[in-house]
Amino acid sequence: MRVLSLAGRRLAASIPTLFLILIGVFLLLQLAPGDTVDALMAQMGGGDAATAKQLREFYGLDLSVWAQLGNYLWRLVRLDLGFSAIYGKPVATVIAERLPATILLMTASLSFAFFFGLILGVVAARGVNKWPDTLISTLGLTFYAMPTFWFGLMAIVVFSIYLQWLPAGGFEDITVSYTGLRRTLDIALHLVLPTLTLGLFYMAIYLRIMRGSMLEVLNLDFVRTARSKGMDETRVVVRHVLRNALLPMVTLIGLQAGTMLGGSVVVESVFSLPGLGRLAYESVIQRDLNTLLGIVFVSALLVIAVNFIVDLLYARLDPRITTGS
Amino acid sequence: MDMTRRAALMTSAAIASSVLFPMRSFAQETPRKGGVFTVHYGAEQRQLNPSLQASTGVYIIGGKIQEQLVDLDAKGQPVGVLAESWEAAPDGKTITFKLRPGVTWHDGKPFTSADVQFTAMEMWKKILNYGTTLQLFLTAVDTPDPLTAVFRYERPMPLNLLLRALPDLGYVSPRHLYEGKGDIRQNPVNLAPVGTGPFKFVQYERGQHVIAERNPNYWRANAPYLDRIVWRVVTDRAAAAAQMEAGQIHYSPFSGLTISDSARLGKDPRFIVSTKGNEGNARTNTIEFNFRRKEFADIRVRRAIAHALDIPFFIENFLGDFAKRGTGPIPSVSTDFYPADNGPQYPFDKKLAAKLLDEAGFKPGAGGTRFSLRLLPAPWGEDISLFATFIQQSLADVGIKVEIVRTDGGGYLKQVYDDHAFDLATGWHQYRNDPAVSTTVWYRSGQPKGAPWTNQWDWTDPTIDKIIDDAATEVDAAKRKALYGDFVRRANTELPIWTPIEQIFLTAITAKARNHSNTPRWGSSSWHDLWLAE
Repeated sequence: MRVLSLAGRRLAASIPTLFLILIGVFLLLQLAPGDTVDALMAQMGGGDAATAKQLREFYGLDLSVWAQLGNYLWRLVRLDLGFSAIYGKPVATVIAERLPATILLMTASLSFAFFFGLILGVVAARGVNKWPDTLISTLGLTFYAMPTFWFGLMAIVVFSIYLQWLPAGGFEDITVSYTGLRRTLDIALHLVLPTLTLGLFYMAIYLRIMRGSMLEVLNLDFVRTARSKGMDETRVVVRHVLRNALLPMVTLIGLQAGTMLGGSVVVESVFSLPGLGRLAYESVIQRDLNTLLGIVFVSALLVIAVNFIVDLLYARLDPRITTGS
Repeated sequence: MDMTRRAALMTSAAIASSVLFPMRSFAQETPRKGGVFTVHYGAEQRQLNPSLQASTGVYIIGGKIQEQLVDLDAKGQPVGVLAESWEAAPDGKTITFKLRPGVTWHDGKPFTSADVQFTAMEMWKKILNYGTTLQLFLTAVDTPDPLTAVFRYERPMPLNLLLRALPDLGYVSPRHLYEGKGDIRQNPVNLAPVGTGPFKFVQYERGQHVIAERNPNYWRANAPYLDRIVWRVVTDRAAAAAQMEAGQIHYSPFSGLTISDSARLGKDPRFIVSTKGNEGNARTNTIEFNFRRKEFADIRVRRAIAHALDIPFFIENFLGDFAKRGTGPIPSVSTDFYPADNGPQYPFDKKLAAKLLDEAGFKPGAGGTRFSLRLLPAPWGEDISLFATFIQQSLADVGIKVEIVRTDGGGYLKQVYDDHAFDLATGWHQYRNDPAVSTTVWYRSGQPKGAPWTNQWDWTDPTIDKIIDDAATEVDAAKRKALYGDFVRRANTELPIWTPIEQIFLTAITAKARNHSNTPRWGSSSWHDLWLAE
């Protein structure tokens, strides 16, 4: 129960933060020259001043900045995210359309990164300073240092152009219409390269963290005790070390889920995926304030939710946190 | 930021070799029915109806679904689409179109003069960019019968202007789906367009794709050949080139790929990279002077800047054979209006540039700097970005220090055309087949503040204003052409803006495509005769 009240307090504390973030983003975007009507004119390749004036009235841009901000916050209190200027439909709908692809990509690459990061980290820690450690650490460093857009493009060149094993981009094949299981398989195939591109970067971080934290825990007293009891090494690692070494990993996943929810503009652009990252980028370019604030709002909500889950996981992994000792 | 000249030279050599690759001809083949044609769609628009928005980003999709009264044929001359014939009254105030009989909308309703009347009065005249200017003096469209539309103008409308503007600004929308359905701009039909064209709209998934399929009731016999067209939204240019190579995209229009990828694909026999089919989409790179800066109010400084830039060098090393030296506001591809004499041309002459600057009183100060300025490059293409750097380096040689200020599209328009917060700006001027459509507004004084791509330089010239006004209502074609000759010479003499480079958009298309690039605005056209070989 204690953990629930803790989490409840956290949720309550995050509401003012959420409002501050939204007001901050709103004001920040006012600093950028041009509004959504200028962006529209740029896209159209011209337009007369009278039309621009009409459009500004239509989008409510003729009001003062403070009036606009006030309107926005008042709508938000009533859980109305407003209307998107680029898409001509409610922001909530626009975001809901983009959410599945983002969550799919994020879950896939985060699971991939977490799973392989964990295994490789453990292997590296157990063979510290021997060849498996050197090999894994070097690979990790390479993936970490490689720019994602380059890695993505190279993956397309190798797997789509030369080997022709995987599609070069898109969320699913649209020249043929699949249904059911065949469609699921098709989407999965389209997500292999983006997942690897995004996942390998995060995997590199996880394996470093896991390796470090394993090495630290392996030197603690209770591990020596376990060993002196005559427990075999595998049991020591799985039962005693791993569980304790996982704590920093869980912290990290909570932090990174937020980053990844905002989407990855680079990976989404290179693989032409309809995710939140590209939507946010486009909203900035098109000065679509409502959509951008909507994305910030939804991302912030999801980060709060993920952190809540992480808090619960802490308690599960380390009972000391629950008892407060 | 320094450019590496060797890398640039290599790129341009590659481009040059790809141009020399001849276009293949396939006269003997029998057209094949069927197939899916996939198109690179780089920048999603807010809507798809070309009656409401004149831009290539809309034509590339909406132009296959909706049709216009006239289009341009292979020789760039007007040819009837939804109109069969036309006639102008001698005073130029009445233009009558006879419409094509037996045409139906995709929902089965007949196409009539009432559709033309509604579209012209409610869309072209009130909403369509450039249409609002073109149809400013349109007072009414009469419909004596379902196949006759009579356009009535308050002032004479030159027939050749209207016929050259209509291919872009003459798309017709179905009246029955718009009239009495609230705000036209917010009508959901704009994102699921209904037209008379060879392809019917099927689906638009934002951020992913648009699909259209064959219209079985199309009025042209045996057309179209393709089963479907799929537009794939790919925002990353390098990724688009990769998708072309992987066979996921057949066609990338309007210079959608990077210069280096275009050069690379041009050498690959599976693709054709060319400017053909884009002659109607000519553009010039511009340098715009802000006359609010006292330096640029002096014509010697404007001319000095022109003389300081080695344009042939820039073209040869950075743009390759797809660009050439510009001669004035009307590009050389405009057979109808390109004048024999373009007036002064400002060849590269660094000494003369320095002399002119000295004469104007801007002598080199400490460190050899005469004065400093802010240059705003438009974010429309990589050539503009390269040109901005080239301007910066060239002007440094004559003692002018240039700071480059980069922004995105909305920011650029706001800063240049509304806030006037620039000293020099460089971007594109799009020529739209007739100078009265989108060219003369760059020079005519009295443009409202904030109107993009218009004279916002604080420059007023009664001489050019008179030429522009006279030409806009001159119904005699030969006299009109002569007036535009005067216009070009005056523009080049006074130099409020300079148009040193002329370019045409680049197309990359699969070698399997047939009947492609066969009109001057092919990317925007309806593709009723396009087919794919096995």
